[in-house]
Amino acid sequence: MIKNIKYIISVFAVAVLVSPAFGLSDVYKDNIYNPGELKPVDSMLNVKAGDMAPDFTLPSLSGERISLSDFRGKKNVVISFIPAAWTPVCSDQWPGYNLARIFFDENDAIMLGITVDNLPTLYAWTNQMGKLWFPVLSDFWPHGAVADIYGVLRTSGVTERALFVIDKEGIIRYAVVGDINKRPELGALVMELKKLKK
Amino acid sequence: MRKVLIGFAAILFAIMTPFYSFSQSAPPSEGGVLPKISLPVPQEQEYQQYLGLKGGGTFLIPQIEAKVVIVQIFSMYCPHCQKDAPVANEFFSKLSKDGNLKDNIKLIGIGAGNSDFEIDFFRKQYGIKFPLFSDGDFSIHGILGEVRTPYFIAIKIGKNGTHKVVYSKLGGINDPDEFLKIVKNFSGF
Repeated sequence: MIKNIKYIISVFAVAVLVSPAFGLSDVYKDNIYNPGELKPVDSMLNVKAGDMAPDFTLPSLSGERISLSDFRGKKNVVISFIPAAWTPVCSDQWPGYNLARIFFDENDAIMLGITVDNLPTLYAWTNQMGKLWFPVLSDFWPHGAVADIYGVLRTSGVTERALFVIDKEGIIRYAVVGDINKRPELGALVMELKKLKK
Repeated sequence: MRKVLIGFAAILFAIMTPFYSFSQSAPPSEGGVLPKISLPVPQEQEYQQYLGLKGGGTFLIPQIEAKVVIVQIFSMYCPHCQKDAPVANEFFSKLSKDGNLKDNIKLIGIGAGNSDFEIDFFRKQYGIKFPLFSDGDFSIHGILGEVRTPYFIAIKIGKNGTHKVVYSKLGGINDPDEFLKIVKNFSGF
């Protein structure tokens, strides 16, 4: 009896809580796949603030292979891991960073956007966002290898919604894995970027 | 046992339906009324003056001092909204310069899922002159049927404080002159 009641409650709770509110720009029309409410976090970080950021090299949409170490001594780096193309929250997040370029420029930072999708998928998806000013990298093969090194690869094979702020010396200054169902608030990232000047 | 479970499910459904409706309701339909949306009275004097509001606290959209209020639902994160922002500014400028319309038709924006910081950034980035309100937790967006963005809703306010939705459509302004014609048409100005 109690088991049945719990089941009914959980069905209604899911119906109430699952909301397609993110990824709501009309630019995507009906092309967004809604995976529903997911487990907020499903991995364990392998790195933390103060650690040297593990180097990596990944193919980018521009055709170049980009390494984190390319920016050593030149630029601060923000890595934005987002779970998957054509899904609700992810489709909002990068267009926001695209608009917010000034905060990156003011703090001498570049952003590297990473997903585990392959390049053709990333090409079609990011084309809907307009021209992005930052490199978009594919961690498709070996699947999610970079995400795994950082400890942000979920058991389903997509990444967490994670942000890393790395200074010019290659040191991680900020590492956060947010609730995969929610878009990180821009103000919090800007605050971390401003700290780089101190 | 089965009867008990069905009875329990029915009670649960009755209790939870209002919450479900809250987040899954349809967009406001033309001819209907706007759901109750409570917004904070802006702290800036110029916005208070524009909206005809005083002091602190909250207000409902039909309490704005106007005959018609146009509500733009947007998001800082929405590429279409970013593209349409300068066009919305041009439309607002045309409204503001028209002696017959400027005091009668007011424009506000509500940022779906946007924090105060994000709204402020969007305002500065595009030099937006009309009041913008944050809806960080999507609660207003939920009340309005989780519309895609940008979305425009206009209400016509009667002398006795009643109001009616006269426009409710998905899409940006695109052409300020054309949109002004549409606005004049539904406003009766």
